[in-house]
Amino acid sequence: MTSEIVIKTDKLTKRFGDFVATNAVTFEVYKGEVFGFLGANGAGKTTAMRMLCGLSIPSSGKATVAGFDVYTQTEDIKRNIGYMSQKFSLYDDLTVRENIRFYGGVYGLGRVELKEKIDYLLHHLKLEDLAKTKVKSLPLGWKQKLAFSIAIIHEPKIVFLDEPTGGVDPVTRRQFWEMIYEAAERGTTVFVTTHYMDEAEYCHRVSIMVDGVIKALDTPAGLKKAYGVDSMDEVFLKLARDAKRSE
Amino acid sequence: MKPVVVKNIVRTYDKGKVKALNDISFEVEQGELFGLIGPDGAGKTSLFRILTTLLMPDSGTAEVGGFDVVKDYKEIRKSVGYMPGRFSLYQDLTVEENLSFFATIFNTTIEENYELIRDIYVQIEPFKTRRAGKLSGGMKQKLALCCALIHRPNVLFLDEPTTGVDAVSRKEFWEMLKRLKEKDITIIVSTPYMDEASLCDRVALMQNGHILDMDTPLSIIQNFDRPLWSVRSSNMFSLLNDLRLYENTESCFAFGDAHHLTLKNTVLEETDIKRFLHKKGHDNIDVAQIEPTIEDCFMALMKN
Repeated sequence: MTSEIVIKTDKLTKRFGDFVATNAVTFEVYKGEVFGFLGANGAGKTTAMRMLCGLSIPSSGKATVAGFDVYTQTEDIKRNIGYMSQKFSLYDDLTVRENIRFYGGVYGLGRVELKEKIDYLLHHLKLEDLAKTKVKSLPLGWKQKLAFSIAIIHEPKIVFLDEPTGGVDPVTRRQFWEMIYEAAERGTTVFVTTHYMDEAEYCHRVSIMVDGVIKALDTPAGLKKAYGVDSMDEVFLKLARDAKRSE
Repeated sequence: MKPVVVKNIVRTYDKGKVKALNDISFEVEQGELFGLIGPDGAGKTSLFRILTTLLMPDSGTAEVGGFDVVKDYKEIRKSVGYMPGRFSLYQDLTVEENLSFFATIFNTTIEENYELIRDIYVQIEPFKTRRAGKLSGGMKQKLALCCALIHRPNVLFLDEPTTGVDAVSRKEFWEMLKRLKEKDITIIVSTPYMDEASLCDRVALMQNGHILDMDTPLSIIQNFDRPLWSVRSSNMFSLLNDLRLYENTESCFAFGDAHHLTLKNTVLEETDIKRFLHKKGHDNIDVAQIEPTIEDCFMALMKN
């Protein structure tokens, strides 16, 4: 992790009519940081993430992602980030190899580079024998590991992960986090949401959103100390218990 | 008579290629809160669908409330409550209309069994004229639970009621289940969250269509057959890699703010681990023997 800032927001706000989904949110995320973005259901996480991914124009406030402006340079943002979620990641009816090739192509990798990437990923994920298998018949855990590798195939500065480990078995869930760490060590910033509080402990820093605002932002150790508790679970319960909103 | 008896259930998909349930047997006692704990693909939903007569097993038998799930499916449908993983109420009906609809098709009224749902229903009653599709996630969940309870079922099936739900709402949901249990309703609930196992009377740990272990949460923890160590140092990432290279390591997994370690040789002690880590250049080393969690047990069982 370095001190180079890759995401910067200043009073970032999104309103839907009278409803303020994300309310004047200000924070910075650094290069190579694993940043946990937590909050209760309906706290405004998804809305904030959509703005940072260039998918939704803010109502007010400022933000840059990978140096690009979230109002005017959304296409540049999309080229410089990766994204995966639990709900959508890969095409079930394409094979493992076809999925890698498709996403590599979408992100503009050249023919030679793409071939190298396919060979590397199949080998690295030990999926060589399954290259011609349709993704729908892979176990969920393998699918999610493949989806993550594909989300960073174009070596983006930042990758956004929206509940990437939901429903995944406990061993694979940990292997997934090791992949996150490897990516962070190589300098990729990882912006991740989760409902597993043990996973919050693996983040360099964690923010907790309640009712559209960031209620707390610090290292897991710092948060536990500030709230006088032993686990992130307790920190979360203390902050989110009084939430007025739900999704 | 036991409310749920499952014997040697097998269920395959895709012409036998996918084995969703592989010789599953268990029994549930009257008034018990029984948990099916496991990740996606364990077979939890297939099992629920068989027990609620929505899916036929390939082989094996199952009885719910003394009725056979194949022969007596009509009786079972009258007497169980089922809350599927996906929200399945009528989005265009209001809260009150949904509830009275379910009461009517089960030949009862909201008033007749109101006492059973009162604690839950009062929380959504202020929104009773709102359409179900416009409710928040937490309120939808409460309404679905009321609808599954309105005919006073003898067995309540809840398929992953807390998946994707934040930690606060999960806690509230389990408190509701605890209160229902006091009303002598037998409950079978599934969850991918291992920490919820401790809230059940008994659990079956499931993976890939098999039951890995079945017991009270306490007994499962007591059956963990070797010392478990919690290890910390200043650099947790290199600590994990170093511990995996330690010649005595049997397994090492990240567990929140510590790593959990088991050793091949159970006579080794804290000082042995510390000595190794000092040699590897770690500082602020903290090693302590701890009690395993259900997740530790699950991961140990997965390896067998």
